[in-house]
Amino acid sequence: MSTKTITLTLKVWRQNRSRKKGGFEIYTARDISTDMSFLEMLDVVNEDLVLSGKEPIAFDHDCREGICGMCGAVVDGQAHGPLKETTLCQLHMRHFKNGDTVVIEPWRARAFPVVKDLVVDRSAFDKIIAAGGYISAKTGGAQDANNILVGKEVADKAFNAAACIGCGACVAACPNASAMLFVGAKISHLGLLPQGRPEAKTRVQSMIRAMDRLGFGNCSNETECEAQCPKSISIREIARMNREFVKASFS
Amino acid sequence: MLSDSKVPAGPLADKWDRHRFELKLVNPANRKKYDIIVVGTGLAGASAAASLGELGYNVKNFCIQDSPRRAHSIAAQGGINAAKNYSNDGDSTWRLFYDTIKGGDFRAREANVYRLAQLSENIIDQCVAQGVPFARDYGGLLDNRSFGGAQVARTFYARGQTGQQLLLGAYSALMRQVSTGKVTIYPRREMLDVVIVDGKARGIVARNLVTGEIESHAAHAVVLATGGYGNAYFLSTNAMSCNVTAAFRAYRKGALFANPCFTQIHPTCIPVHGIHQSKLTLMSESLRNDGRVWVPKTPGDKRRPEDIPESERDYYLERKYPSFGNLVPRDVASRNAKEQCDQGKGVGETGLAVYLDFADAIQRDGKDVIEAKYGNLFEMYEKITDENPYETPMRIYPAVHYTMGGLWVDYNLMTNIDGLFAIGEANFSDHGANRLGASALMQGLADGYFVVPYTMGGYLASNPMEGVDTSHKAFDASRKEVSDQVSRLLSINGKQTVTQFHRRLGKILWDYCGIVRDDAGLKKALEDIRALKEEFHKDVNVPGDGGDFNQNLENAGRVADFMELAELMVTDAFYRKESCGCHLNAAYLTEDNEPLRDDKNFAVVAAWKYTGYGNEPEYYEEPLIFENVALTQRSYK
Repeated sequence: MSTKTITLTLKVWRQNRSRKKGGFEIYTARDISTDMSFLEMLDVVNEDLVLSGKEPIAFDHDCREGICGMCGAVVDGQAHGPLKETTLCQLHMRHFKNGDTVVIEPWRARAFPVVKDLVVDRSAFDKIIAAGGYISAKTGGAQDANNILVGKEVADKAFNAAACIGCGACVAACPNASAMLFVGAKISHLGLLPQGRPEAKTRVQSMIRAMDRLGFGNCSNETECEAQCPKSISIREIARMNREFVKASFS
Repeated sequence: MLSDSKVPAGPLADKWDRHRFELKLVNPANRKKYDIIVVGTGLAGASAAASLGELGYNVKNFCIQDSPRRAHSIAAQGGINAAKNYSNDGDSTWRLFYDTIKGGDFRAREANVYRLAQLSENIIDQCVAQGVPFARDYGGLLDNRSFGGAQVARTFYARGQTGQQLLLGAYSALMRQVSTGKVTIYPRREMLDVVIVDGKARGIVARNLVTGEIESHAAHAVVLATGGYGNAYFLSTNAMSCNVTAAFRAYRKGALFANPCFTQIHPTCIPVHGIHQSKLTLMSESLRNDGRVWVPKTPGDKRRPEDIPESERDYYLERKYPSFGNLVPRDVASRNAKEQCDQGKGVGETGLAVYLDFADAIQRDGKDVIEAKYGNLFEMYEKITDENPYETPMRIYPAVHYTMGGLWVDYNLMTNIDGLFAIGEANFSDHGANRLGASALMQGLADGYFVVPYTMGGYLASNPMEGVDTSHKAFDASRKEVSDQVSRLLSINGKQTVTQFHRRLGKILWDYCGIVRDDAGLKKALEDIRALKEEFHKDVNVPGDGGDFNQNLENAGRVADFMELAELMVTDAFYRKESCGCHLNAAYLTEDNEPLRDDKNFAVVAAWKYTGYGNEPEYYEEPLIFENVALTQRSYK
């Protein structure tokens, strides 16, 4: 690690509650160590704001190790910033240059209203899962785990889909604000496993119905979701979901 | 002496079965008459809320994040233990029980730990049925790996993201109950008080973090699944929002807080890099299966690791503990890393790190195999440090990770307040003075899926209650207390930020109540914390107002509670005149420099009762009775 410091100009979206109009404000992030994460850089800016009597920038974050899915902002037009397969909390300042201007905005989608500044309401995702993103396995009724054989290849595929962290970057990246990558990932994860087959038909139908009802757009094959997904969920999951949906419609 | 721990009589292996039979039941048709509040949506909270909803109770489930799926259980990497003996290497319920109680340095309750080992098998079955994609072999069977403190391979895993997959499993079960209407989710709510009516927990007061509204919620029982308090140290592997507030407010209402000084310092974390660091990142302990820990033999050797020849390296864990080697329990590995660094053998810019080297493993198994096992961890390491662990050894250092202490609970996981349960990391019950790897996930899910659903029924069936709603005067009093605290924090208008105070508090705890403790240091820590607390209440600056989304205000309340908790931790550490597990008092060491227990005087749970702000807490003691294991000096040599 070679530590350097850089100074950046930030253009940050500030908005108080969803109905009020928001706008950009400009801040300077001074003497930022390149070993810091993007969120630690925002911490420094916020500490300065508090000390000068101003209200700090609200942003969601929690685990800061790229797994909880709580953080996320559009940085210079890209969900979670410029680095591929990286959540905002794992983006480090060594990827920026001294003097850069960085534009920071919240996820923008009808289904994700702004709560404050960079914080949005993603409860629509929970509603989609509640519509069928589960296997109905009652507590206590399970058979011995090794009675269900799942070949390694299938287990790995299911895992790849299950790695989704529900951050919403796919929706923010999509010009239609579609949630198909998120929904497709859950449909694939559960549908690939033998345990998930009995409910495959009702699952895909009700999750897609919920997705449409909640105001997400449709997929038009822009593949921006895959490109900006921090967990590299593949658009093949969308194809698999579409196949499941067609199958369900004709059976 | 402490009130009854309610451990059932009879042989260890039969206790839980017998107790389940003796617990009264609530008729399925009557369950809908009961409301239950579950605070927290991690492994313990989500599994409890889902299972209680499934039984037919009306459940309200609260979390501080925007969705129940974000709870910090999600960050657990390595795996979950179960005594399945799928590896055919001699595992059994008894062995898992013994390893866990020995790993905890004989400071946990036998009956609770045995039950945990028994339930471990059901957990794996349950999770597989839900679709948790555990690692499998080519024949389709489940795969296992070994973990610190054990000589069998009993750990089930899903790459380096086991916690994520288990939590998403519990979350999906929870959302299924949401769809049936049996569970209602209250996200972005922070519990700020537990409401007690006629000696029973009957509800909570919570702040809506979006609108600032102080809300009241009534119920017949309250379950706290609010995690641990490692963030008292400021830097820890915990998520940023992990806090002690819910448990601490329960403590203020009379719940006993047990063994608060038992905090686990995890040996394999990415070292601290600078003053603005906000948290530390864990590198799963599973890495010690293949990584070899070493430092240069000569203090101050600043050569690059690849320039240090084999003969000038000290693989100190393999040298000192030949039978467990790099897989010694966490407390042992952490203490040894500190010892090496204190001798000037630490590596990296700060000298506060040791190497974890994969060169031999890569040569033996090939890069592909190592990548398949630890790919995501290596990637995470590279993102943070800008170094490639396939080519150069990782640098690691211990960091605060888990808290074994927590709210005192009986065998039913109920605190000393009737109707107030504590499960998962929030209670003290299963890990004694040190938790073994891959045991936290096991405990969270055992408590939530398989213990509380039974004991809750037993409580409700044997405690007939009047209906209570939120217009009761006890709710008014709680709401007023909470609003007053919020206004007080906002009106101080001082010159320092909450984070500045938190960082200072963390340094005091790390220096004096960290890996090694001694009486003089603990005395000093107590004075320093009290002074800092006073300064905080005079000079903290919390901007914004209470009727809005205000992250500084949230944090200010949590740090205020951490300060009081810190006093309690130090008081507890000072009281325990022995070394055990994570608690190493420099005055109590064996000839080999290992922790020296005092089983005659301290084979006890130390539980503390709140007696008012600024007053000394009152001490209660639960003697630990060992009928099935012999208390031995732990040895991993």
